[in-house]
Amino acid sequence: MNWRGVSTIFVYEMKRFFRTLFQSLISPVISTTLYFVVFGSAIGGRITQIDGVSYGAFIVPGMIMLSLLTQSISNASFGIYFPRFSGTIYEYLSAPVSAMEMVMGFVGAAAAKSVLIGLVILATSTLFVSVSIMHPFWMMLFLVLTAVTFSLFGFIIGLWADGFEKLQIIPLLIVTPLTFLGGSFYSIRVLPPFWQQVSYFNPVVYLISGFRWAFYEVSDVSLYVSLGMTCVFMAVCLLAVGWIFRTGYRLKT
Amino acid sequence: MPPIIHVAGLSKTYSSGFSALKNIKLDIGQGEIFALLGPNGAGKTTLISILCGIVTKSSGTALVGGHDIEREFRATRRMIGLVPQELHLSIFEKVWDAVSFSRTLFGLPRNDGQIELILKELSLWDKRNDKIMALSGGMKRRVLIAKALAHEPKVLFLDEPTAGVDVELRKDMWNVVRGLRENGVTIILTTHYIEEAEEMADRVGVINKGELILVEDKKTLMEKLGQKRLSILLDQPLSTLPKKLQGHGLEIADGGKQLQYRYDGRHQKPDIAGLLRGLDAAKIGYHDVATTQSSLEEIFLGLVKQ
Ligand SMILES: Nc1ncnc2c1ncn2[C@@H]1O[C@H](COP(=O)(O)OP(=O)(O)O)[C@@H](O)[C@H]1O
Ligand SMILES: [Mg+2]
Repeated sequence: MNWRGVSTIFVYEMKRFFRTLFQSLISPVISTTLYFVVFGSAIGGRITQIDGVSYGAFIVPGMIMLSLLTQSISNASFGIYFPRFSGTIYEYLSAPVSAMEMVMGFVGAAAAKSVLIGLVILATSTLFVSVSIMHPFWMMLFLVLTAVTFSLFGFIIGLWADGFEKLQIIPLLIVTPLTFLGGSFYSIRVLPPFWQQVSYFNPVVYLISGFRWAFYEVSDVSLYVSLGMTCVFMAVCLLAVGWIFRTGYRLKT
Repeated sequence: MPPIIHVAGLSKTYSSGFSALKNIKLDIGQGEIFALLGPNGAGKTTLISILCGIVTKSSGTALVGGHDIEREFRATRRMIGLVPQELHLSIFEKVWDAVSFSRTLFGLPRNDGQIELILKELSLWDKRNDKIMALSGGMKRRVLIAKALAHEPKVLFLDEPTAGVDVELRKDMWNVVRGLRENGVTIILTTHYIEEAEEMADRVGVINKGELILVEDKKTLMEKLGQKRLSILLDQPLSTLPKKLQGHGLEIADGGKQLQYRYDGRHQKPDIAGLLRGLDAAKIGYHDVATTQSSLEEIFLGLVKQ
């Protein structure tokens, strides 16, 4: 194992984040505030409680997940796309760093960044509503697992993309809709039965449900189903990354 | 001593179907300066990229320091420093950070003293806190060299190191190269300038259209290269060289129908006018004068034109 190589990549990627710390944090904080204003006040005035949790508090886990997903994907996809685009990838490929070590450095840093952002959003939320976390361990577990999984997914997008537009298109066309339809701002049990069934095909439902359970012990699906589905999705991403490195797809010619 | 680089039967066909390297066989000894000479598109960068792990080979064997470049990539890549042909740098970084990044990426512990030494040697010390985007092209190339040296490689690849580089840097670079060689570092450079190969290399490999045409000691190659022949086609066959013409280095050829004169076209300007006056004085008639050069020379003329 070239641990020094891994930590070099990790630290380098984190430095980029801290260099632009203000920009990195300001946008999630502003959007959180907006969600509170729009959803919390406008809708919260009409729906006061879901499952015994005040609406404002109910949407906190979903909001964190929404940012976690988009940030993980954009951090990780940009992290690997940029060296490909600028040509500096040559150095990673010619270094004694294995494919797995490269993934650990890039994906680890992307996940660490989005976990930080998630925690900042959580802290911002407490300014608006009182948030209780009944199972902090499970909360962190879901936070980290989701960040890692979607950073892996972002890494794959960053490898696949051959232009800046493609970098944006998957988050825009797939991830944002799935997150909004995944129960970020409502319980899927309020949907008509047909759409409830459809929702079970949405992986984000399981993430948000498990995450919300860690806060309030209310969930749309069982905790272990949530955990299981998260791990399945992570395994799929890991397999895809493994395949990419074995074939050299988009990295080596 | 076993060669530090051993390549046999190495071929590369890109996914486009283009065959960029064909059955390359090459051994390079430790401490050599080897120049890979060939026109654009010959396959020089492809060969280097395969040895460094950037491009995957289609078939064949490639060992560095006796280790297989794929199965024992950690051992081989640790030994290799690469200065790429293009200025691939992340421009928002500072010089110092970029160079020390390269060292730890390769798994070596941080060593500020070593980085300082390298930066000073490449005249980058004053620029260590500058962002790379603020540097000129020549300075950027220095940064690439510093990055390649940061992990103290045993083999250094320089891919067209002098393309678009000023005289100053060229001098600095050759000084660094000589210093490295004294420490036993093997250097492989690619170029399409014969002069450059001649100035720096111990041995030269000529590559064209994916084939390694020849590998020679520089001296031998330069001698072969320089060979030119002036042929004077005579009206009347001669059996012996007239007294007056002796001393010009002429030989009788083609059964007396020609006089030939061999010279080194690279370092010698033959006194053709004097020669022809001598022929007139000896009353020897001729109807044509021709110079020919080795087929190698023709390849090189092609190279120089690029
Ligand atoms: N990724 C690639 N896909 C297809 N052909 C390529 C690729 N890279 C290089 N080539 C072709 O391979 C040949 C050799 O390229 P290269 O090794 O860069 O030559 P050199 O460095 O000697 O100029 C060129 O004709 C080039 O167009
Ligand atoms: Mg080249």
